Amino acid sequence: MSEELIYTRPESLRERKTHYCPGCGHGIVHKLLAEVMDELGIREETIIIAPVGCSVLIYDYINADGIEAAHGRAPAVATGVKRVHPDKIVISYQGDGDLLAIGTGETIHAANRGENISVIFVNNAIYGMTGGQMAPTTMSDQITKTTPYGRNVQDVGYPIRACEMLNTLAAPVYIERTSIHDVKNIRKTKKAIKKALQNQMDGKGYSFVEVLSTCPTNWGVAPVKAAKWVETAMVPYYPLGVFREEKETV
Amino acid sequence: MSEFAFLNGNEAVAWGVRLSRPHVIAAYPITPQTKAVEKLSSFVQNGEMDCKYLHVESEHSAMACSIGSSSVGARTFTATSSQGLLYMSEGLPYASGARLPIVMMNANRSIATPWNIYGDQMDAMHVLNSGWVQLFVEDAQEALDMVIQSFKLAENHDILTPVMINVDGFVLTHTYEKVEIPGQELVDSFLPAIEKAPHLMNDQDPMSLCISAGNQHYMEFKIKQHRDMFKVFEQLESIDRDFEKSFGRSHGGAAAGYRNEDADVILVTTGSVTGTARVVVDSLREQGIKAGLVKLRLLRPFPSDDLFELIGKAGAVGILDKNISFGFEGTVYTNVNSSLLQKGYRGRTFNFIAGLGGRDITKENIEEMFSALLEQKGETVQYFNMGCAL
Ligand SMILES: Cc1ncc(C[n+]2csc(CCOP(=O)(O)OP(=O)(O)O)c2C)c(N)n1
Ligand code: SF4
Ligand SMILES: [Mg+2]
Repeated sequence: MSEELIYTRPESLRERKTHYCPGCGHGIVHKLLAEVMDELGIREETIIIAPVGCSVLIYDYINADGIEAAHGRAPAVATGVKRVHPDKIVISYQGDGDLLAIGTGETIHAANRGENISVIFVNNAIYGMTGGQMAPTTMSDQITKTTPYGRNVQDVGYPIRACEMLNTLAAPVYIERTSIHDVKNIRKTKKAIKKALQNQMDGKGYSFVEVLSTCPTNWGVAPVKAAKWVETAMVPYYPLGVFREEKETV
Repeated sequence: MSEFAFLNGNEAVAWGVRLSRPHVIAAYPITPQTKAVEKLSSFVQNGEMDCKYLHVESEHSAMACSIGSSSVGARTFTATSSQGLLYMSEGLPYASGARLPIVMMNANRSIATPWNIYGDQMDAMHVLNSGWVQLFVEDAQEALDMVIQSFKLAENHDILTPVMINVDGFVLTHTYEKVEIPGQELVDSFLPAIEKAPHLMNDQDPMSLCISAGNQHYMEFKIKQHRDMFKVFEQLESIDRDFEKSFGRSHGGAAAGYRNEDADVILVTTGSVTGTARVVVDSLREQGIKAGLVKLRLLRPFPSDDLFELIGKAGAVGILDKNISFGFEGTVYTNVNSSLLQKGYRGRTFNFIAGLGGRDITKENIEEMFSALLEQKGETVQYFNMGCAL
């Protein structure tokens, strides 16, 4: 019988033991990103701007150049890098605290300027790294370390929908929300990441992919249940799909 | 009635805040402060505290909300650490210039880059000139007690200056100690409700705050702020005396000595490392070596008089700095050295830099510091527990 190689670790992914918790979405998104980088042949051209959050150590996994930004500042750092090196592929990889709490200003303004970068937003509805406090995307009534009786939207506001908010701006060329709660959606997420990077390679402008993800540790549930919760609790509030495809002409 | 509990430094601070009955707490989480704000948010949400807990989106907003609530007369608390303190820093002189009696816990942690979550005191030194009272505590009990004392100090109408309580990250925030939690009634009589300060707003008294002052007035504002800062020494001592009467515990004033009276050599410390240094002093004394210790509780205002008095006739003084001002020396050293020089101190001073980014400061390290002092040997600035020669 002849052997056929049907799967290898992507070249863009370093061989490393993961530090992510079992069932954490960051590992999945890292791997999708690495696969896409291989497929597009851009490993040597890629510069990843890491957030402050659990994925602060993305440079340990993705075999590309990178800069660790201060909390929330990744899109601004990405802007600086991209304007100097328009030929490089610059990715801002961020969590919900980083992108939508402390970094909201940078997020909106990089999008509004239509920076030719790709933003990957991993929304796990909590501050994972600091041990599970309420995030702007924490669901209504969700229990966290700072909302022990559930998020009270009357007091702290409703969860923010990043795609819908950015979709009010003229400049972005591509905005999509995906999820990693099952294989079908993982495949869609990969396609979305690929599109976001292809747009940048084609010089089209700002692309934003929000990935609904899991934090089993801080949600206090097992990985399978966490994936289920994304599907049943998050997806209905954060509808999946493409919000923006072509540059608006205004 | 007071009760004893096994608390870490963060929880001790949270209890101090709870007993002080603030109207507003605004905070953004950051390691190693998180347990304090989590505890406070649960006190508020389960109804044990009658207080607004503001879940803000950043430290910059935490300070801005605190400025807002304090400006209209609310007792206000916030907590942060490291990068968070730096991100707040635009608001810090704003609050002190507006004479707002905000109290903050800063869980001392290193600052990026490289990233590091462990304890040193670089963050506090970065904002030493922000016009906040800078207080350092040695253990969890002192942390709890100083929250209560700090509100009284900050709100005193002669002071009206915000207070930063520095609690060493992890060493204090995450280690457990037996702590006495005072009874609420006793705290209420020691720290009554905040009184309206004449420069603050309420609905009977509308006014414009945080105004502009051109070159005809600005300097007078700043010199007054500077002068008022010095009133902290006397007030802190008097508050501590009252505290002792009520609670049976005293933490002293701006600086405290330990076996310093007849000491030949003295080590000056801030924060939790003082505990380790006490043990070393005791063992040196057993060997007949006259070693002593001075713990600086305040870095702003800087207690020059107390320090000079506590150092007395010691022939050499070492200053332990868990920070470094690049291109010069440790910041506490700069302060101590300048103040001793002004007072006419004639002994030699050494600067011992240690513990950056959470590096251990061991008993052996402190013994080495004392032997450098006894022999008066080596460079003026020395580094301890380095992993490799540079
Ligand atoms: C200025 C500043 N404030 C606070 C922090 C502490 N901090 C580190 S990560 C984080 C939130 C992380 O949450 P998220 O961005 O959702 O990432 P996740 O870990 O969930 O992937 C916070 C508040 C910091 N590092 N810097
Ligand atoms: S804490 Fe949550 S986000 Fe962080 S690695 Fe674990 S599961 Fe992932
Ligand atoms: Mg998150």
